[in-house]
Amino acid sequence: MDALLSSLVSVAFHGVAYGMILYVISVGLSVTMGLMGFTNLAHGVFAMAGGYILVSALSRFDLPFPLALALSFVLVAAVSVVLERLLYARLYGASELEQVLFTIGLIFMSVAVARMIFGTLQQPVELPESLKGPLALFGREFPIYRVFLIVFSSSMIAVLWFGVERTLWGAMVRAAVDNRAMAQAIGINTKRLFTITFAVGSGLAGLGGALGAEIIAIQPTYPFEQLVYFLIVVSVGGMGSLRGPFVAALLIGVTDTACKYWLPQFGAFFIYVATIGLLLWRPAGLFGKSA
Amino acid sequence: MRIPASFCMTVAVLAMAWASPAAAQTVKIGLISSYSGPGAAQGDQVDKGVKLYMKLHADKLPPGVKVELITRDDTGPNGDVAKRVAQELIVRDKVQILTGVVWTPNMAAIAPLTAEAKVPFVSANASGAKVVGMSPYMTRLSFTLCQSAYPLGQWAAKKYKRAYSAVSDFAPGHEAEGCFVRGFKEGGGEVIGTVRIPLANPDFVPFMQRIKDAKPDALFAFNPAGKQATAMMKAYGDLGMDKANIKYLGTGDITTDEELQGMGDAALGVITVHHYSAAADRPANKAFVAAYKKEYGADLNPGFMVVGAWDAMDAIYTAIRAQGGKIDPDKTMEILTHYKSTTSPRGPVSVDPATRDVINPEYLREVRKVGGKLANVELETITNAIKDPLKEFEKK
Amino acid sequence: MNHPVGYAADSRLRWTEYLPWIVAIAVFFLLPNYLSLGARVLTFILFALSLDLIVGYAGIVTLGHAAFFGTGAYVAGILSAKLGLADPILQLLAGASAAGLLGLVTGAVILRTHGLAQLMLTLAVAAVCLEIANKATPVTGGADGLSGVTVAAIFGQFRFDMYGRTAYLWCLALVFAGWWLVRRLIYSPFGASLTGIRENRLRMQSIGAPVYLRLLTVYTIAAAIAGVAGVLLTQTNQFVGLNVLGFEPSGELLVMLILGGVGRLYGAFVGPLVFLIAQDYLARQFPEYWYFGIGLILVLVVLFARGGILGISDALLRRVRGRT
Repeated sequence: MDALLSSLVSVAFHGVAYGMILYVISVGLSVTMGLMGFTNLAHGVFAMAGGYILVSALSRFDLPFPLALALSFVLVAAVSVVLERLLYARLYGASELEQVLFTIGLIFMSVAVARMIFGTLQQPVELPESLKGPLALFGREFPIYRVFLIVFSSSMIAVLWFGVERTLWGAMVRAAVDNRAMAQAIGINTKRLFTITFAVGSGLAGLGGALGAEIIAIQPTYPFEQLVYFLIVVSVGGMGSLRGPFVAALLIGVTDTACKYWLPQFGAFFIYVATIGLLLWRPAGLFGKSA
Repeated sequence: MRIPASFCMTVAVLAMAWASPAAAQTVKIGLISSYSGPGAAQGDQVDKGVKLYMKLHADKLPPGVKVELITRDDTGPNGDVAKRVAQELIVRDKVQILTGVVWTPNMAAIAPLTAEAKVPFVSANASGAKVVGMSPYMTRLSFTLCQSAYPLGQWAAKKYKRAYSAVSDFAPGHEAEGCFVRGFKEGGGEVIGTVRIPLANPDFVPFMQRIKDAKPDALFAFNPAGKQATAMMKAYGDLGMDKANIKYLGTGDITTDEELQGMGDAALGVITVHHYSAAADRPANKAFVAAYKKEYGADLNPGFMVVGAWDAMDAIYTAIRAQGGKIDPDKTMEILTHYKSTTSPRGPVSVDPATRDVINPEYLREVRKVGGKLANVELETITNAIKDPLKEFEKK
Repeated sequence: MNHPVGYAADSRLRWTEYLPWIVAIAVFFLLPNYLSLGARVLTFILFALSLDLIVGYAGIVTLGHAAFFGTGAYVAGILSAKLGLADPILQLLAGASAAGLLGLVTGAVILRTHGLAQLMLTLAVAAVCLEIANKATPVTGGADGLSGVTVAAIFGQFRFDMYGRTAYLWCLALVFAGWWLVRRLIYSPFGASLTGIRENRLRMQSIGAPVYLRLLTVYTIAAAIAGVAGVLLTQTNQFVGLNVLGFEPSGELLVMLILGGVGRLYGAFVGPLVFLIAQDYLARQFPEYWYFGIGLILVLVVLFARGGILGISDALLRRVRGRT
């Protein structure tokens, strides 16, 4: 019984850590797809970029960890603004196929650039000493870094939700997601809204990629391999919503960890099957709006 | 008619050129390695080993014989790419000998080609036990997992009662697990659990957590060297498993020399069994490591894959010398399968003519700090010559 | 030339349609050392044809088409390596049926959805297939792949040799069959209805066309053809590994198709040809620049040249002929 409780705690802990990272990365995708109607498969690229920025900042430039994290948010957001204005904006009205193809092209390009600059292997993350090793809590030991992950992600999420619920920007985003034409009609500058929101979402993805660099290895094929998970979070959670993907991400994180722990011979099989089932039951996602 | 002197000279020169024996024989060797994809670090090690050997032994070739190396990328554990690349090397580039290959499935994929085209192949790394038997033109100068895992199991059973095994989920991992478990059980120990971790860049922590919760005395691990070795070591350290008295054991892949410096203090005290350590005292190894550092950088250490490639090239060069540069496939296989050397960086190495597989020395090592840097210090020599145990088990 | 298709269109063979076959046969005689690359190009042409049916003609965006390719490939491999059934025609039939069945079952479910859910489901199906192949090691070889695949001589006569001669002609024959089938489909009333569904599904529904059934039929046929392509890959390589499944091969195939020109029969010929030859040559010398170039071309094609190579050649020809 004690062993069972112990494993449940382990699974819950690691699952929540993983789920939080997934959410921080994917929430931007959810909002982008809901707000701009743009199928951005290249979202993983921003997460990967954030991870590489963190790794470079820590090992090549010896920057302190908090600064490196901040950089991963800011730099990725800045680059995403450029991309959005120059490239994405041209395809807002385009067909789904064209958006899919375009973003796949972006993935290819970024995978190549990542390989050119960093080589093909996963990047080791040099954490600061204060975040290494185990932490004793409630009579058990947990890796400090994962505790930090949970705490930090929770606060980021709280800030985000506050921003969307309470600020003017948030209100505009919610309005435009609900009904873009109407939002434009009442004078909301959707172009600027898109850019800002895209930047925030991508920056968060970069931050999530950096934070999660230990859990989801940073390597050039990252956007290909992780895309499934980000899309699952968004589609199961409900495109355009904030809470839905949170629940979905936690569910996926815990389920995936549970499977690795108790049924490693099945791997991610259950996640995919569960996704298929959930999407068939609720095509708009658990918390999404049906078309 | 006066014959101009220039004409006579030209005729004379042509006559000399015609008559000179064995004019510039070129032996073409095809090197298949992983330069991109998940095996890139390992492929790079093999590449470095081959090229360093060729550079330092250019003068050991018979007069008039040159070696041309053609390298191709198999992009990782992709058997179809490896097969296509091998086919092109044989058909388009007309290589006479093939070598390299990091991944076992790639070696399996090219086996039928070597048999049909009669092109000898010497594996510089690919270690799956059964593969070398898939074609009469294949041999190996690297290692098999069982050569290390089985003796380790027997040794560990004397000190630890309960072990857990965690290996990467592919053929060498299965072999390592099987042989360790067998050795450990034969020594009287109890294996309380085994887990197979996905090969493709996994997050080791959940798996290690499960192992920690099971409270074994020792953890036997295997991963495909490279960055995964570091990641697994980190997971071990982050979860505080060394303080929980779970001894970390494995084949040399888990503390592979080229990665060891990056593993940090969590690696101290880890016990491994392997056929090569960069820290070994043998004169041949010291010279080898010095040459490696001179060529590639004083901060870099050669790993066991460099040695595998080095010895493969040594065997090939032996065959080239014995045949004066004229490569006959069957004669080459004869020479390769009877290859012996005592001057390899790993110590004594040879090939078993019956199975065409490599016979290795095995050493018990511990990770210690030597001169401020981490090193796999060889504590004792377990054996000077061990054949692949899996094939031996099958005979009985 | 992007000629109109459908029942009313002129379905006689234009002279340009003989070209691909003439070139293919010429390659067989003139470039005997390149036949294994040629067989690979042919395999992917067949694969691209099947994708074109779904994406180009029926307008269904899928990210998981490799699931059918991989199913065909693994079925053929398992039949041979695990069950000892090496007859190539048997492998072909089994692979095509398995892939077609998978297409039918998953299509029945997926085609009821649309938008992100549909896209996600195609991806999820492919991910499930990849995971099964990865984990069912005793059957599929897992991460090591399935080696020891043997293919018996076709009709007992034509052995699969090291130079790839038999493989090349075998692939050519099957591409021909696939091409003929696809061509018949798109020049039929069925093909016309597909175009209608792609252009305006609502209107097709309102005129009473059985949209769902049509889509399911074309999805199943395309899955079966992709399965055949997968079998060909296994037979030519005598090996099958995890890289036949997943998002990456699906994505690469989309690139090949877009490059050639989606929604036109010969886009599926031109795209893989250009892509694979360029990859064989350039990727060897400059692997990273190659990958970057492919992505860049894709982005440029989407932004500026939506018709792909054939679209560009159309535009050039129109200009040469003086029409607008």
